[in-house]
Amino acid sequence: MSFPWAKSYEPQHPLMKWMDEKLPIPRLIYNATGPGYPVPRNLNYFWNFGVLAGAALVIQIVTGIVLAMHYAANAGVAFDSVEHIMRDVNAGWFIRYAHMNGASMFFIVVYLHIFRGLYYGSYKAPREMVWLLGVVIFLLMMATAFMGYVLPWGQMSFWGAQVITGFFSAIPAVGEPIRVWLLGGFAPDNAALNRFFSLHYLLPFVIAGVVILHIWALHIPGSNNPTGIDVKDEQDTVPFHPYYTAKDGFGLGIFLLVFVALTFFSPNMLGHADNYIPANPLSTPAHIVPEWYFWPFYAILRAFTFNFLWIDAKLWGVIAMFASIALLFFLPWLDSSPVKSSRYRPLNRIFFWVLVADVLLLGVCGKMPAEQPWVILSQIGAAYYFAHFLVILPIISRIERPLPMPNSITEAVLAKHADKSSASATA
Amino acid sequence: MVRPLGFLVGLGFIVALLCAIVTTPLSNEPQAAHAFHKEARHLPLSSDGLFPHWDKAKLQRGLQVYKEVCSACHSLDHVALRDVAELGYTEGQVKTFAKGFQVPSINPDTGEPATRDGLPSDHFPAPYANEVAARAANNNALPPDLSLITKAREDGKDYVYSLLTGFQNPPANLPKELQPATGLHYNPYFANLNLAMAPPLTDGQVTFADGSPNDVKAMASDVTAFLVWTAEPKLVQRMRVGWAAFLFLSIFSILAYLSYRNIWADKEH
Amino acid sequence: MASETSLNADIEDGVRRRDFINIAAVSFAGVGAATVVLPLVNQMNPSADVLALSSTEIDISAIQPGQAIKTSWRKQPVFVRNLVPAEIEAAKKVPLSDLRDPQTIDERTKPGKENWLITLGVCTHLGCVPLGAAEGEPRGDFGGYFCPCHGSHYDTAARIRKGPAPKNLEVPPYDFTSDTVVTIG
Repeated sequence: MSFPWAKSYEPQHPLMKWMDEKLPIPRLIYNATGPGYPVPRNLNYFWNFGVLAGAALVIQIVTGIVLAMHYAANAGVAFDSVEHIMRDVNAGWFIRYAHMNGASMFFIVVYLHIFRGLYYGSYKAPREMVWLLGVVIFLLMMATAFMGYVLPWGQMSFWGAQVITGFFSAIPAVGEPIRVWLLGGFAPDNAALNRFFSLHYLLPFVIAGVVILHIWALHIPGSNNPTGIDVKDEQDTVPFHPYYTAKDGFGLGIFLLVFVALTFFSPNMLGHADNYIPANPLSTPAHIVPEWYFWPFYAILRAFTFNFLWIDAKLWGVIAMFASIALLFFLPWLDSSPVKSSRYRPLNRIFFWVLVADVLLLGVCGKMPAEQPWVILSQIGAAYYFAHFLVILPIISRIERPLPMPNSITEAVLAKHADKSSASATA
Repeated sequence: MVRPLGFLVGLGFIVALLCAIVTTPLSNEPQAAHAFHKEARHLPLSSDGLFPHWDKAKLQRGLQVYKEVCSACHSLDHVALRDVAELGYTEGQVKTFAKGFQVPSINPDTGEPATRDGLPSDHFPAPYANEVAARAANNNALPPDLSLITKAREDGKDYVYSLLTGFQNPPANLPKELQPATGLHYNPYFANLNLAMAPPLTDGQVTFADGSPNDVKAMASDVTAFLVWTAEPKLVQRMRVGWAAFLFLSIFSILAYLSYRNIWADKEH
Repeated sequence: MASETSLNADIEDGVRRRDFINIAAVSFAGVGAATVVLPLVNQMNPSADVLALSSTEIDISAIQPGQAIKTSWRKQPVFVRNLVPAEIEAAKKVPLSDLRDPQTIDERTKPGKENWLITLGVCTHLGCVPLGAAEGEPRGDFGGYFCPCHGSHYDTAARIRKGPAPKNLEVPPYDFTSDTVVTIG
């Protein structure tokens, strides 16, 4: 894989030579994230979020393993064991708050990573497989985050589990048995809590595995770049190390600053007060809200209030919610434009920003209670969401006339700098 | 194939949504309680903000209010008696304080349920043996555990303080269905306006050793400050560690930025 | 190659300053990572509630001479034995040079309370609970405690006499709060 001008690993030290013959892990690292991986020289800061998502995954796995040393997955004591962590375990409050807000940080960077991919056409050939694996990671993350939120066994944990497993009961005939099977009972209880804990511990390692495939698939064509133009020769690229390790190091610093601010200064800002009330199967909170990263999908779920055709509203909502993610699997073939970057796609650029606004709107609707005007806004928002991917994108990829593009990455870079120096000369 | 099929699926969702839009009424059902519900009042405390500290004298008064008033009905399950050492008590004082409680135990000879003097390692004993007993003694209402109350309610401490000081006679224009039923008490800060708890504090109810004011507002403020501490005993430590981490990372980010610029100095990008 | 030529082109001071920034940034990252490891390691230490269980009160009034009870302190077994004079004599007769872990019985009891032998019931070999505290259990060749796991024999002062254990049974810190109550820890 990679480009012919990629530097090749030449171990100097006898020990490294010996290692290279027996188990060439240093060579693997050298070629994956070292000087042996040529990367387009023009990546902007939006290309930091892949590495940051990896960092977030590591933070979650490390803090999670530590928390599992003190947490008890039993409906009788789960809530107490979390409070035990918060009060008595050495630095337990720090580790728990880091894990709690680490999940939010993970989703923030992954959403930015996804929208980066949408804007710059990173899902297009030859990187379809990278995108598909990314959607798989996103699905696994959502499952993991949902099950993790159940573990403290507060009111939102319990009612979240009740509502989410309730989706399955929308399936005709087999739905209710599936729900009971998932829960191991008729309502969330010990059996459900225990299996959620087991899976919550397992899935991050599955995610890590798919992340490796995601990176592997990326390394075959190499990284996309803001121009979307393919790499043509050596001067279009720089070695990953030290150029992008340095840039990612700076990105990591900013990421950690935000993370620390959240974790230490306002750790419960993104949570919900009701989850500090122990689970009570006999009393539902005034309004059930999922964690913020699920709000847009929750809004789509609730937008369907009409029994259209022979499918009732509840099933429409559940199908639409899953479809809203599943359609991402087809994105590389829904958008047939040969131009990747929205820099050179004037129409797509406009609709991209409409989509961003639409997802933000859906997010707000998902947070709000099911009252007007939020219901109608979520219905309009959901309609646009499906229209965007399934109707608008296929059409504009046919009718759009791309802007003139530079011949190479280097030409684009030099043109940018020429612009800058001429601007400063005139000033 | 993908595009025509996708188009049809998209059309299905959009039509279902359009039907939903057309059939959903645009007005909300009026909720009379909303008009009478009040926003929580802000209670400034030393534990607020980015540079918090504990006002230990105030927390000690709050503990006294909890012990003499609230603990008759409300448990404090997650707080250990030893924890009050953080409010500025000596080890001896904590032991004496713990001895003042009777905690459930068993008779070592017969195995019958019994009680013994509290130890610092015990948690605050609950006023009722179980939920049924608590409801039976309180007109079928369950007094919530107070350990986490300032984190477990929207508006946190402001809500707790407003509720404690917010009992009043119902306004004259209150619709009949919102009037407090027998055994309920009107309080505009409570979600549905009427709650089972009677006004718990009266002026002068608790006498503080330091002679601090003991009107309802002062006591409510003290006990709320105490409940902020019980909900998050590591709050002050958390903010301090946070600042250290934040400053360290700021310097790291600056160095990382300079290093990044340095490494890229000879590459236009 | 490109970086080498640029290195040569740079004045020496400049090179040093530039390298220093990279080294400083990497060092900061290292120090930060090491600092984060501390709480992640420290969380495995006993938590505050475990440490709070550090003292236990025992009522010894019901223990007759020659009897022992088994109780617990910090979730470990504790033996409290009311020695008879013959046992104290037997322990005093043993020359220190015969002992693997030389200690007199006086060092292992409180002055004026020589008949109260309070030790952890944790064999110093590999941590089994020795027999001999309860009525009818074997007390080993030396009339004290006997650990069935690997055959360590302790004498009447709970000192190791035979078998693999390296040390005497440990005497926990304790005090007589009254004639009938002992506080361990």
